[in-house]
Amino acid sequence: MKGFADLLDRLVLTPSRNAKLTLLTGYLAATPDPDRGYAIAAITRDLDILSVKPAMVRALVAERVDEVLFAYSYDFVGDLAETVSLIWPATEGRASDLPTLSQIVETLQSASRSDGPRLVERWLDELDPSGRYALLKLITGGMRVGVSARLMKQALADYGGEDVAEIEELWHGLTPPYQPLFDWLDGRADKPANLAAAPFRPAMLANPVDLDELARYDPADYSAEWKWDGIRVQATGERGERRIYSRTGDDISGAFPDLLAAMEFDGAIDGELLVGHVEDGAIRTGTFSDLQQRLNRKTVPAKLQKQYPAILRAYDLLQEGGEDLRPLPFEERRARLERFVADLPSDRFDLSPLVAFESWEEVAQMRNAAPDPVIEGLMLKRRDSAYVPGRPKGPWFKWKRDPFLVDAVLMYAQRGHGKRSSFYSDYTFGVWTGPADDPLLVPVGKAYFGFTDEELKQIDKFVRDNTIERFGPVRSVRAEPDKGLVLEVAFEGLNRSSRHKSGIAMRFPRISRLRWDKPPGEADRLETLEAMLE
Amino acid sequence: MRFEDLLRPTPKGLYCPPGDFYIDPVRPVERALITHGHADHARPGHAHVMATPETLDIMGIRYGETFAGATQAAAYGETVAVNGVTVSWHPAGHVLGAAQIAVEMDGTRIVASGDYKRRRDPTCASFEPVDCDVFITEATFALPVFHHPDDRGEIAKLLASAAQFPERTHLVGAYSLGKAQRVIALLREAGYAETIYIHGAMQKLCDYYVSRGVELGPLAPATDDDADRDRFAGAIVIGPSAAFADRWARRFPDPISCYASGWMRVRQRVRQMGVELPLILSDHCDWDELTDTIREIGPQEVWVTHGREEALVRWCELNQIRARPLNIVGYEDEAE
Repeated sequence: MKGFADLLDRLVLTPSRNAKLTLLTGYLAATPDPDRGYAIAAITRDLDILSVKPAMVRALVAERVDEVLFAYSYDFVGDLAETVSLIWPATEGRASDLPTLSQIVETLQSASRSDGPRLVERWLDELDPSGRYALLKLITGGMRVGVSARLMKQALADYGGEDVAEIEELWHGLTPPYQPLFDWLDGRADKPANLAAAPFRPAMLANPVDLDELARYDPADYSAEWKWDGIRVQATGERGERRIYSRTGDDISGAFPDLLAAMEFDGAIDGELLVGHVEDGAIRTGTFSDLQQRLNRKTVPAKLQKQYPAILRAYDLLQEGGEDLRPLPFEERRARLERFVADLPSDRFDLSPLVAFESWEEVAQMRNAAPDPVIEGLMLKRRDSAYVPGRPKGPWFKWKRDPFLVDAVLMYAQRGHGKRSSFYSDYTFGVWTGPADDPLLVPVGKAYFGFTDEELKQIDKFVRDNTIERFGPVRSVRAEPDKGLVLEVAFEGLNRSSRHKSGIAMRFPRISRLRWDKPPGEADRLETLEAMLE
Repeated sequence: MRFEDLLRPTPKGLYCPPGDFYIDPVRPVERALITHGHADHARPGHAHVMATPETLDIMGIRYGETFAGATQAAAYGETVAVNGVTVSWHPAGHVLGAAQIAVEMDGTRIVASGDYKRRRDPTCASFEPVDCDVFITEATFALPVFHHPDDRGEIAKLLASAAQFPERTHLVGAYSLGKAQRVIALLREAGYAETIYIHGAMQKLCDYYVSRGVELGPLAPATDDDADRDRFAGAIVIGPSAAFADRWARRFPDPISCYASGWMRVRQRVRQMGVELPLILSDHCDWDELTDTIREIGPQEVWVTHGREEALVRWCELNQIRARPLNIVGYEDEAE
């Protein structure tokens, strides 16, 4: 348990992706089976174990610690698992025989609900504070350490010296503690065959492109289609098994039961998950805000399913029945896809239409004049391209429409982490609202990239020279009509938001230019942004 | 005599009416007795200062030789009469020169322990319990969540990380007086023989510790030199944590920010400060050490000052020990 607890402690505090990979691969190399497999599953939350409620943990601690002292401590620490892990009185004669992660997991896999309190109490006695914290996070389901399933697969790939696509492909046929996977990664056995039905097929991704680069290619070799602004998914059905995967191979079927129910086919479609209603015989796409109602939910109330039905707009066909179509040229797969989708329920599935064009200049124009607000640009696919995992250079390009731009005023700056810990690098910016003769800034977003290292130094200096107030790592800076810093902010879209004072939330904001030349009074007003919402 | 007639809290600090002196006053006074050299306890501008020779030296280093009108040194074990009040000085184990001050008159003795810790520290003398009627204790880490782990384990974490990320600088934040030298001494005890780079603000204090016989091994200033920044790759650099947020820190390649403090026990604090590698190293007692010390000394009354007074007073109540909070303002525990 100690190695696992130490790993969690480090991961939680490590912002850099590469450093997380170093920590994870170091752990995989130093930890025996089956501990490391269970650790992975715990972090990616793929463990099916007895869970306990925080109230039970509180009841246990109340038997050991004065309630007033507990209350003072909880108030100071702020997190229940952490308070309990630290305040739990040490028992004499610990240390000799610590439970391992595997012992804990395997016990919890077979334990009944009524065993919970007794088991947890015993382990709290046996473990040290870090171990107790890891245990409580494990059993209360609060394991959030900033490691996605995708990152974990990358760590496994790095550890074994294999391609991450191979691990993604295998992933859904494996169960904790993943012994066959480690046997392969350690060179003791061949790559395990994926026996699971409806596996994930690693997604093919596109590179961004511009007119200069496209000039090197012949337009006749490519076909174009809209790039829809939903979530890229893979919808797979095989031998009665159905799954919807995100493009990184996470199984997100649970969030879209309505779409899943309609997936009565044997094959694998690559497409965009959107919400939409049928109108005049075609699906009318909902906005990204509508789609957001369906995201990040564990359960989906029937009302939401009805109000925002999930639909799939198909791009590609990877598998049809027993046949793997991925080696075929895109044009052939597209023809097969059109026939395939024609047989599917038209209220849940439609085709992403191809867009005819003659020249790259024409494509350049079209991408900023899309017929639907839920389009974020164009995809260009070589007609003869096979479907290969990853982001190969050449066969597929994405060309996004130009971002929206707004001139906003820097209001707050926060210190960064890691490399940037000595820089004020996270910026909250606002636009004007209120009467023209007495305007007020209202924050509309936060951005922490888009600028060069040199620009970062300049903004940092501005922040230090113009600080009004400090709140821990945050400084407020001068932001008045005639004194302040104007930032040109680029963003992909706006959503209504009740959580923000301004009533709007920006999507993917970043700093596109520093407008030292512009007086803050001439920055944009909130009305400008509100007009974009319509 | 009533305890409050011998020593009482005032807005300027603890005051002894018969002796007409203050202990660790937070504002300039005529006569001050100083427990140790940390800036919130040892302030400049008093007319007369009595302290251990080390604390006087440290105040001289920090504030210049004119930090007080007159000074008087009192070594550990020494007893001095101040206006008819007997004052004796005993090691507190907090930092070099840190003392508990025992104040005695007419058979009543009160010990002001300043800041103190119980565990071994290679850079200063260990705490010695003193019998007394009233024990005045700090309460910096007086919550039952604070259990400082073994120093060696924390230093091992730092060394393990330095081995795991040999291309990055480990930037260790540490209070300039006491903590910095202790971290260095513990690294040496763990067998780390490389040059340790230190922030300019620590140079004089490190030199002073060395002059007092504390072994710190090879040290070098972490001076910015564009031509030779590579020397910081894989190195351990020690500086005050405030410097890490400053432009000073930019000279180091891809630094990992570490911080040596008792506060590092609490993850939320760690995150707030942007620390990646917390080192739980404190120059104060943890909860068990505070409560064990009170039990060991067994005073009639415990007075609790600076920190989480309410929790320690609560513990005393639960254990039938008379206790009260002093509520003196002006002592900071954040930098610990």
